[in-house]
Order: sequence, then structure tokens, then C-alpha cells
Amino acid sequence: MIRVQNLVKKFADFTAVNDISFDVPKGEIFAFLGPNGAGKTTTIKMLTTLLPPTSGRLELNRLDPTRQANAVRQQFGIVFQDPSLDGDLTAAENLELHGVLYHVPRKVRHERAEMLLKLFELWDRKDTLVKKFSGGMKRRLEIARGFLHTPKILFLDEPTLGLDPQSRNQLWTHVRRLNETEQVTVFLTTHYMEEADRVAHRIAVIDHGKIVAIGTSQELRQRTNTESLEDAFLSLTGTTIRDETANSSDQLRQMVQMWRR
Amino acid sequence: MHAIFILWLRELKKYTRSRAQIVASLGQPLLYLLVLGFGLGPVFQQAGNGSYLQFVAPGVIGMTVLFTSVFSGIALLFDRQFGFLKETLVAPVPRIRIMIGRTLGGATVAILQGTLIFVVCMIAGFRPVNLASIPLGFVFMALIAVVFAALGTAIGSGLQDMQGFQLIMNFLVLPIFFLSGALYPLHNLPKALAAVTRIDPLSYGVDGLRGALTGRLMVFSTTTDLLALLLIAVGLLLLGAWRFSKIEI
Repeated sequence: MIRVQNLVKKFADFTAVNDISFDVPKGEIFAFLGPNGAGKTTTIKMLTTLLPPTSGRLELNRLDPTRQANAVRQQFGIVFQDPSLDGDLTAAENLELHGVLYHVPRKVRHERAEMLLKLFELWDRKDTLVKKFSGGMKRRLEIARGFLHTPKILFLDEPTLGLDPQSRNQLWTHVRRLNETEQVTVFLTTHYMEEADRVAHRIAVIDHGKIVAIGTSQELRQRTNTESLEDAFLSLTGTTIRDETANSSDQLRQMVQMWRR
Repeated sequence: MHAIFILWLRELKKYTRSRAQIVASLGQPLLYLLVLGFGLGPVFQQAGNGSYLQFVAPGVIGMTVLFTSVFSGIALLFDRQFGFLKETLVAPVPRIRIMIGRTLGGATVAILQGTLIFVVCMIAGFRPVNLASIPLGFVFMALIAVVFAALGTAIGSGLQDMQGFQLIMNFLVLPIFFLSGALYPLHNLPKALAAVTRIDPLSYGVDGLRGALTGRLMVFSTTTDLLALLLIAVGLLLLGAWRFSKIEI
């Protein structure tokens, strides 16, 4: 379903993704595990047509994201690392807008919106403005939205960041259920070990733009001779702390948060 | 088509939902209309130009449309910060349609806001001379709205933070307003100033609007105004579409 060969992305003097290759078969839940700045989000951006790769081949359901962008976009749903809902619209309106943009026929659009809102326990809040939602509700709505156009692949970029254990647990239960019932291939990134361990069929550990290991959780533990996935991860990526600098978006977001209170 | 419509509808919904913002955005035009309108009235009258309120009302309407439409384009910055922009950019819709939907939505909101100010002007005592030419006034309002919504999109596509926004306000939008002849007649100006007012798109908008509503003190002909605005609109729409297609997240 997803095929990546010798993918490279360079920004000026910095190589974010350095010659990675992997395959994800249909129906698999595949996790990208890596420290901050390892190249997880950059890879997702290239797979989802938001960034052109420097070199290498990409394939999603046999389509090339660099040349058949619109056809590829119809194939996947995505939940970004940071929110991407319109707070001034209601939950139902956010889904409606998404459905129209993805050419979902009106009847199907409404049926699926109802089914997904009920599944994610947002049906009774469907006419509430999204800006009044809690962090967990917003995440659920985003994931429901990602499923609305029955995608073949769902990308989840650190979907549980900042959620409490209850919401995380519920979220993964739903994702797994939809993975089974609709045969959706799931590509997720996270740095919560236990999540990758519990949810993913296979895990790729990525660091400094390279895949350092790939396999099931058990295989990774066996390879590194460790007890837990966390130990395996640390043994593969080392113990140095990675710092990311805040960009202007983060600063502005903080400022706007201040105005709102 | 559906994509353009739903994005247009989104702009309208956002507008009608922000009641506080609608009221707040009436403040500045009201200030110009009432304080300048009545304050400069006597001087203007003595200079032999007639009622200043009659003169400034089309300018204030033009200003409202200018600010609202530029701001709708710059609102791209907020969509970028709150992430909604990404949702539209990964959708299987050509970017040009997304840009058109947004821009038309922003322009529509600007026309609504301009209409609101038109009504306020009437309440303050402004009287259009010829009822039959009011539709022509709306044509000019629409053209101003499209020109500046497209300009706003072109600018908003490249903006990364609030500082950039301030810069645009102070060094582009306010000069466009002050140089447009919205507040004073563009006759007998120093040569340099006159030249600058000729390259300001809003000059043609305000001139056309004033001609349609009051029939007095026009600098150009209605045809010149229409052609100039149409030409600028096409140019800026192309620029906006090109800049929008270059957005990287």
C-alpha cells in the first residue's frame, strides 16, 4: 500500500530524511518511532504531498504523490501533529466541509458523518462550535474526519500528544476497530513506546533521518537483547536529549492563547 | 464548483458568527464619518466644495471594503497558525479552486460590510443623488472587494507571523487608504503626490463609487475607473493564485 525507496529530503545544509526505504502492506498498522527531530513528520509530509522529496521514489496505492497529487490525496486521511479544525465551525460543519472537499456524495457524507460522530461519542455535540471542545474531543473529531471519505490509508502524526490516558485508550480502540472493519492501512508516528507496542503490527525506529531498525516489537527486543520496547529504543537511538527550537508558529499560538483568556 | 462554494460559505458563516467583531469593525469608519465628516465640514464648505459628509461617505465605504477584504486574505495567516490551512491543502482539490473560494468569500463579506456602512452613512445624513445609479455603486464596491481580497491572499500566502501583519498594515494598507482620495479631493495636488495617487488601485474605486453615488468631484471617468479596476483585479487574482500555489507548510 505504501512503498518508499531511497527517500531523501534536504533543507539547505540539513538532511532531515537520509535515504530510507520501507514497505507497508494493506491493512497493516505501521508505527514510526523516533526521538524529536528524527524525520518522522518530514516523511509524512512527503507521503502526503505537502513537501516534494529531494530524491527517491514514493508510492501510495501505486500512485506517485509527486506527480499525481490529487489522485493520491483522495487515497488517504490524515491527522496532523497539531490541530487542523476550524474552531468557528461546528463539528458537523467541519465534517461537511471535509466531505465536500473529498467529493463524497451528499447521502454517503451524511450517513458516514453520523456513524463516525456516534462512534467517537460526539453525536450529541455535533452542533457545538469546535472552539468550545476539549483537547480530547478535538482529536476524536479530527480522527473521525480522517475516516470520513473512507480512505485506504490513514496517517496519524503523534495523534495522542497531550491527551489523558482515558482518551488515548479510547482513541486507539476506535482506530483498531476501523482498521479491522474497513481494512484501512494505518501509518502512525509516536514517541510513546507502550502505544507503538500495543497498537502497531510493525515498528520502524528512525533516528537522524535514517531507519535504524524495523520489525515487530518482539523482533526489536530480541535484536537488542532487551526486556521492553523502551529499552530496545534507547539501545538503538542512544540517550542524548534532542532539542527542537520553537518556530514562529509556536510563538504566535502562545500569543493567541494569551489573548483568548 | 462544490469546493469553491463550501469555502465561500465558510467565510460567510465565520462573518455572521462574529457579531462582536462586526460591531467593532464599525468603529473606525464611524469615527472618520462623524468626526471628520462634521469636523472638516465648515472648512470644506468655505472652500466651495459643498458638503463634506456627501464627499467623505463614499470614501468611508471604500475604506471599509478595503480593510475588510485585505483582512480576509490576511486571515490566511490565522488559518496557517491554527492548522486549518493544512486541511484544505491536502484535500484532493486543485489549489486554484481553494484560492478562488476563499477570495470570493472574503470579497462577499467585504461587500456586506460596505453595505452596512452605506446604511450607517444614510442614517448620518448622506444622500445618494441618483437612486438609479446605486447598482453601479455596488459594482464598484464589488470590484474594490475583489481587488483587495486578491491582494490580501497574495500577501497572506507568504506571511509567517504577526509582525509581518503589522508591517503590511502600516506600510501598505494605510497608505492605500490615505492616498486614494477617500478623505480629500485629488484635484490640484503637488505633482509627486498626484502621481502616487494614480497608481493606487483604491483611487479608481473611490472615484467610481463617488461618481455613482454623488455624481460630483470625479477625477477620472466612470469607464476609466471600471477598466482600471478590472485590469488590476485580473492581475492581482493571478498573482494571488500563483502565490497561493507556492504555499509550503
